[in-house]
Amino acid sequence: MGYVAIKGGGLAIKGAEDTLDYLRCEQGDSGTPLDMDTIEHQLRFLHGRVLSEGGLYHPKLAALAIKQSLGDTLEAAFALRAYRSTKPRLLETPVLDTSEMRVTRRISAAFKDIIGGQMLGATTDYALRLMRTELLDETPEAFRAIAKHWFNDERSDSDIPDTFPKVLESLRADGLLADVDKAAVEEPFDITREPLIFPVPRSAALATMARGETGSLLAIAYSNMRGYGDVHPTVAELRVGYIPVMLPHPVTGELIEAGEVLMTECEIVAMYEGDDDNAKPTFSLGYGACFGNNEVKAIAMAILDRSLQTGMKNGPTNPSEDPEFVLLHVDGIDSMGFCTHYKMPHYVTFQSDMDRLRTTQDKADAKSEGAMS
Amino acid sequence: MTAMRKANAAYPFGFLDEYAKKEVRRTILKAIAIPGYQVPYSSREMPMGRGFGTGGLQLTLSIIGADDTLKVIDQGSDDSVNAVNLRSFIEMTCDGIDTTDITDEANVIQSRHRIPEKPLREDQVIVLQVPYPDPLVVVEPSEDKRKIMHGEADYSRLLVKLYEDIVQFDEITISHRYPTRINDHYVIDPSPIPRWDVPKLNQSKALVLLGAGREKKIYAVPPYTDAEPLAFDDVPFRVESFNDENGQRRCCDRCGDNTSFLDEFTSSVGNKVYQCSDSDWCREQLVAKGE
Repeated sequence: MGYVAIKGGGLAIKGAEDTLDYLRCEQGDSGTPLDMDTIEHQLRFLHGRVLSEGGLYHPKLAALAIKQSLGDTLEAAFALRAYRSTKPRLLETPVLDTSEMRVTRRISAAFKDIIGGQMLGATTDYALRLMRTELLDETPEAFRAIAKHWFNDERSDSDIPDTFPKVLESLRADGLLADVDKAAVEEPFDITREPLIFPVPRSAALATMARGETGSLLAIAYSNMRGYGDVHPTVAELRVGYIPVMLPHPVTGELIEAGEVLMTECEIVAMYEGDDDNAKPTFSLGYGACFGNNEVKAIAMAILDRSLQTGMKNGPTNPSEDPEFVLLHVDGIDSMGFCTHYKMPHYVTFQSDMDRLRTTQDKADAKSEGAMS
Repeated sequence: MTAMRKANAAYPFGFLDEYAKKEVRRTILKAIAIPGYQVPYSSREMPMGRGFGTGGLQLTLSIIGADDTLKVIDQGSDDSVNAVNLRSFIEMTCDGIDTTDITDEANVIQSRHRIPEKPLREDQVIVLQVPYPDPLVVVEPSEDKRKIMHGEADYSRLLVKLYEDIVQFDEITISHRYPTRINDHYVIDPSPIPRWDVPKLNQSKALVLLGAGREKKIYAVPPYTDAEPLAFDDVPFRVESFNDENGQRRCCDRCGDNTSFLDEFTSSVGNKVYQCSDSDWCREQLVAKGE
């Protein structure tokens, strides 16, 4: 009987775990287990995405999560997030200054020239998406030669500085942009320690989106771009690089650099809004930032930050302006978990559903019989 | 019951860090103090899917100690995959606890979709896993607005929905998650228990804790508290009927009991079979019959 199949659940779970692990290793003799460095470097974008959606900057565990989840981004981010639950919050960093970022890439769509210059860095933006068939049988020698030749070029002696001033600073100096938002100086809301109770401060919205699922953020931001909204962003600056993380020394309290994290940051400028207090109109701003190199996520987040601020101010007129709609639906761990749970047995509730339907059907039958006689 | 898995990494007792457990316990106290009120809490990610009982799990892990005896059921059964999975995880991370299938032996019972048939006692706590904590979500999608409605005990739109059901179908069509008023004020979603189980909440001797992990809410029906399903004077609340076409109460195919909630399914030879949903209840009836 079908019902009995659910018995022996323990064995079934063990069997499923073993089968999944077999799939991971099914190459057998011809296979080589993935090592953590390979994942971190050769699957860099996947790795960054998991760091960011997992909400924990732990490159080694992120690589492990990717390995054990067979490359499923949602599952990998999930494992990292669950690991985070076992750790207390011991310290807080002060607000970090992203002008201190050791930049590997920065561009501005607002100005042809920016102080410090545009720096294209590593990007697929202008890549031709053609199949690179030469990589099908790439030899270790060919692979290693690329890194070896890289530093022999003259680029190693270039005088490009490590850090650059922010494009926004020049806009602000010109009076085109409002002063720094109070969200930047007030105590940030910690979404891992407090539930979201609406209305939420902007820092809570930013934190929620910073570990949101890339595709979810993109879908809602895209709805705004297409016309369910009106942000019309200009990318003032997008930068990728390493930000030093400063922590107070446990004894002296003096700030020391504890390490650095790879981040993507995007600042978009949108058209000015009329305001009520007769202040000088300025461009409005949207901010996005996340761990790893994930420009789509940072841009989508910046657009949503802008649309949410509009919604909070004037009341939402479309989904991307509604804080509840956006913030409660972008978390990959929440949404994938709930989607997955529909696979679990629901036969008690379904029994209950059948009871209601049958009763209603019986009543409808009785009624139509009554009408006929 | 043997623990089938071992953790390779060292985890604290109850998996969660101590601050997280303390937060959950404080939230529970508030939930008990304001019966039926959905208390927000930060809700940590658990290593199983949101929707698989992470809210219930956080409650259990925060209240359980080494002296406790735990029972975990899903759809009334201790042996369904999700119940096994949750139990093995709790065993793995809570050294020294006992687990049991027997309702009488447990002092902490975590359950999805059922309340045991056997009346619970004062020394027992039942933890229910909750997917949707708010009964108003069927009439109002915004949490912000729902919060105001709860505060004002404004359940008019919910009552209108029940009324519209009667107009359209001549029946209230809510099958499970039946909105239930607690202590004459807050209306709760009692989790996806069948209507059959709703009366068990009323004046329950055991503390009933409800945890929604994904939605980050904890609420409670304290012992000896009124729990009244929403209904009208002339259209009373009704539980599921297990009568056959002749009006005879069906009985369990295994134990013969005709007083419990039954699961209906089709046997391998194609006929309808009914069995107790609560597997421990069924076992107890069989023992009583000397089988």
